[in-house]
Amino acid sequence: MMKTYVKKLVAFLAASAVVFVVFSLLLSNGVINAYYKQIIMTVCINIILALSANLIINFTGQLTLGHSAFMAIGAYAAAAIYRVGLPFFFSLIFGSLVAALFGFLIGLPTLRLKGDYLAITTMGFCQIIVVVLQNIPQFGGAQGMTGIPADTTFAWVFFSMIITIIVLYHVVNSRQGRAMISVREDEIAAEAMGINTTHYKVMAFTLGAFFAGLAGGLYAFLMMFIEPTQFNYFKSMDLVIYVVLGGSGNFAGCIASTGILTLLPEVLRFLGNYRMVVYPLLLIIIMIMRAKNIRLSRLAGIFRRTGKEGDNNAAA
Amino acid sequence: MPLLDIKNISIQFGGLSAVDNFSMSIGENDIYGLIGPNGAGKTTVFNMLTGVYSPDSGTIMFDGKSIAGMKPYDITRMRIARTFQNIRLMKNLSVLDNVKISFVSQTDYGLATSIFRLPAYFRQEKDTEKKSMALLKVFNLDGKKDEKAANLPYGEQRRLEIARALATNPKLLLLDEPAAGMNPQETQELTELIRWIREKFHIAILLIEHDMRLVMGVCEKIIVLDYGKIIAEGTPKEIQSNPKVIEAYLGEEAPHA
Repeated sequence: MMKTYVKKLVAFLAASAVVFVVFSLLLSNGVINAYYKQIIMTVCINIILALSANLIINFTGQLTLGHSAFMAIGAYAAAAIYRVGLPFFFSLIFGSLVAALFGFLIGLPTLRLKGDYLAITTMGFCQIIVVVLQNIPQFGGAQGMTGIPADTTFAWVFFSMIITIIVLYHVVNSRQGRAMISVREDEIAAEAMGINTTHYKVMAFTLGAFFAGLAGGLYAFLMMFIEPTQFNYFKSMDLVIYVVLGGSGNFAGCIASTGILTLLPEVLRFLGNYRMVVYPLLLIIIMIMRAKNIRLSRLAGIFRRTGKEGDNNAAA
Repeated sequence: MPLLDIKNISIQFGGLSAVDNFSMSIGENDIYGLIGPNGAGKTTVFNMLTGVYSPDSGTIMFDGKSIAGMKPYDITRMRIARTFQNIRLMKNLSVLDNVKISFVSQTDYGLATSIFRLPAYFRQEKDTEKKSMALLKVFNLDGKKDEKAANLPYGEQRRLEIARALATNPKLLLLDEPAAGMNPQETQELTELIRWIREKFHIAILLIEHDMRLVMGVCEKIIVLDYGKIIAEGTPKEIQSNPKVIEAYLGEEAPHA
């Protein structure tokens, strides 16, 4: 078990290193210009965000529509503590920890709610965070916070993404992850199997908030400017879209869908004014195709089951 | 000292007395049955035993400790396991993963151990895998370990649910209508399975059942509930000839016109 794990890890790290070296060379030779560099870095940040939302939404089955609030908290906390004099790396960690703390404090009461109630409550929380940030003059209020240095380099976002992937993969494939998945599958059965469901929901929420906070910190030091409405529930909805398109409980799908949906609006830039007409249309088409795919596989499942039951009846 | 000792528990739902003054005790290796017409309060008794409801009054002692009002997951850790009337498997997960979930509460490595993949992770995961596979083998499901639980035939889903409950290492197993939806042959197999589980795992079993063949065939003592009250208790033979039980099931004899 340990041997196969080490082999997989080494293979993953080697592949990541190759991707990193290739991109670094392309960036330093100017093959990828500064504009595309920023887009690629945004993709990496969005992947961190989407994977952290994925843990809560797809693995633990808790629909949150306010995940971007934790990104906001991470961004502001990191930028604020940097001003006080903490180095970049520690500012990032500080931002993530503050976001995790908020995740814990918000998760504890709200995660007793289910489904749509939880969704609306988290959305409300997100809006509250945005409004509160707009009214803190030390953070620049509605005008936003400026003067943040551009400390986020490609290496920072890339390796933060790799660490996020590894950590969340480890969590999902552990007893904690198993407990989270059981919460998604059937809470009553999970409790009957000795699982404290609230404990694992809050754990997923706190971990998700931590990585959203990390993404927020990276974002702040990439954009050099943050402003509360960048993190309103539209951003949360984007995350839900990435996660839903990525499919239930898998990393690769989530990474691919985030990459595609982050790049798509940029690819469509040649359309000029029509871009924001074509993008939503494409989104609808992609979602319909995806939903059909799911329905087709379900249909196949039903046929298989009825087929089997038929056989049993025949045998009896 | 009995393993489970219930004294005078009652619960009301909005003025309606669902279970009234229910008492019973089970020894360490007993198989007891709880029967009664629909709506008699059998599942409510189960729900109080497993922490879904907290009784309004009365005491539940298990293994020398009071468990009334404890949370379901804590009661499972006290070593009472249950199955559900309408099978509650994790339908999208594999057969093996369904059993592994029961080991979450029996392993104790922390989140940091998971994140950094410390040796305890590998040790305990290997152990979980081994124990889960051993249980599946015992229930003759090891060949289907990677199959999705939803794709198993009905009888195997029941077996998997029982295997999953046993994986929590109980001293008392509660079975809520295990024969529901089974044909006579499957019920016969289940009867043997229940007896065999008692011998193999040395546990007490309390079951709710409508299928009289199963109840009479496997239970040493039967308690009959009607309208939330115990109306009879005794051996299968005594119950079969008890006029009160016959009345509860078939109604009163019509008065002569």
